[in-house]
Amino acid sequence: MAFKQHSVLPGFNLALGYTLLYLSIIVLLPLSALVFKSSHLDLAGFWHAVAEPRVVASYKLTFVASALAASINLVAGLLIAWVLVRYPFPGKRFIDALVDLPFALPTAVAGIALATIYAPNGWIGQYFEPFGIKIAFTPIGVVIALTFITLPFVVRTVQPVLQELEKELEEAAASLGATRLQVFQRVILPTLLPALLTGFALAFARAIGEYGSVIFIAGNMPYVSEITPLMIISKLEQYDYLGATAIAVVMLGVSFLLLFVINGLQWWSAKRLGRRR
Amino acid sequence: MAGASNNVHRSIVTTESRSVRWLLTGLALLFIALFLVVPLASVFYEALRKGFGLYFQALVEPDALSAVKLTLIAALISVPLNLVFGVAAAWAIAKFEFRGKSVLITLIDLPFSVSPVVAGLIYVLMVGAQGWWGPWLIEHDIKIIFAIPGIVLATVFVTFPFVARELIPLMEAQGSEEEQAAMTLGASGWQTFWRVTLPNIKWGLLYGVILANARAMGEFGAVSVVSGHIRGETNTIPLHVEILYNEYNFVGAFACASLLALLALVTLALKSFVEWRAEKQAEAARRDATE
Repeated sequence: MAFKQHSVLPGFNLALGYTLLYLSIIVLLPLSALVFKSSHLDLAGFWHAVAEPRVVASYKLTFVASALAASINLVAGLLIAWVLVRYPFPGKRFIDALVDLPFALPTAVAGIALATIYAPNGWIGQYFEPFGIKIAFTPIGVVIALTFITLPFVVRTVQPVLQELEKELEEAAASLGATRLQVFQRVILPTLLPALLTGFALAFARAIGEYGSVIFIAGNMPYVSEITPLMIISKLEQYDYLGATAIAVVMLGVSFLLLFVINGLQWWSAKRLGRRR
Repeated sequence: MAGASNNVHRSIVTTESRSVRWLLTGLALLFIALFLVVPLASVFYEALRKGFGLYFQALVEPDALSAVKLTLIAALISVPLNLVFGVAAAWAIAKFEFRGKSVLITLIDLPFSVSPVVAGLIYVLMVGAQGWWGPWLIEHDIKIIFAIPGIVLATVFVTFPFVARELIPLMEAQGSEEEQAAMTLGASGWQTFWRVTLPNIKWGLLYGVILANARAMGEFGAVSVVSGHIRGETNTIPLHVEILYNEYNFVGAFACASLLALLALVTLALKSFVEWRAEKQAEAARRDATE
């Protein structure tokens, strides 16, 4: 097979050439700088930087908080998508648009707003204070910030699938004697599963790398509420470029792994839907 | 009689009982109110709690104005650059068949899966004083990191995929019959692009631009790494918000934050409008196709 199939349209060489040049300058070259810098590290130095107890504590917090936030949104996202697609209520268009707020609101703004609301004297924090529950400046605050920032993912992956879902299947199941709950569990949920998992993975991947919304509410106490991206920043502030590079390589590895998983899920999702139609 | 039983049957089949519907709708709206509406409202409340006077004073302060200016510069450079790139990439990917296409699409999406902090770091490692090209740049007295060019570069990186990822599926769905017809009728390549392709993709294009612009003006992590945080010089609005907040100047921080929150609201409104227009355009195209 030739590299390119014949076409009557012009501009292929120009468009692809420009695309590759721009991609190289903006994305590939800087990423290769990371590889270049990490080649200055020997294995012992790399291990020392990435396995330092304070950094390991940050991995744990980042992973657990991201998984919790993505799980909360798995349930809440399904609920919101369900209500938006299936039930009529006033102001629906407005609510639908509002779901994308976390994508549109700059992360630093979300960060200071959440830190203020969940502080012990804040709008919401004051109701938890009497019970001795602190939200802001603890790992719980990190989960709250990550839940905010990843809220749209599950809604936006599930919503279109739910819209396309054929009512006939539900009607057939019900006429065969299934209760509404059984229809949901055996007919609707299996169809939504690939979309739900894709949304979960997208939310988790975003949460792992998130910085702006978290640092204000986290309190950033070593070993307790420091996230991994913050460790890169603190290494940089100490002019420890090799340490920052080593942690960044770990984060980039995790990102690529998640990208691979997400691509797989999307492929599965498309295949699943294609077969149903 | 038969009709009545049919009705009863249908109501069992297609939806939940009224109480369940109300409960689920209520829960969903409560979650949205707690997680979205309350934070948004608090931004404006905190900004205005000491009155309008202090609010406007915080906005016209020289450091705030310089932050606004730098934010606009970063967005005005990065959005058009990624717009041109997005159109070129979508033209190559959607209108032609070639090897390695799916790899190219994955590479274009890459900046979305990189943490903003890592995005900033890679530029420090490339063009920073300690970086790969650092010695050469110092020799020629070119300053990129901790200066405006670094901020622009980091912004270009984080907004890189927006327009392309909006246009690629759109142009793939539209196919290239119309362009081929125009070429057969004697139009040049550029004429075909300006008169046939561009009108077909304009809403998708605008959608990508709106999202890219919101991200460009609001980016924090990547810009924070390359900025150096020099007041009045290398601070964008989000970075200025951080500095004021850390100095316990909450009115100032939330006043500047309220500008960004307004930007977010405008973005959402425009986005809904463009989605609505794009839907109408797609419907019209479908109607034309069936006629």
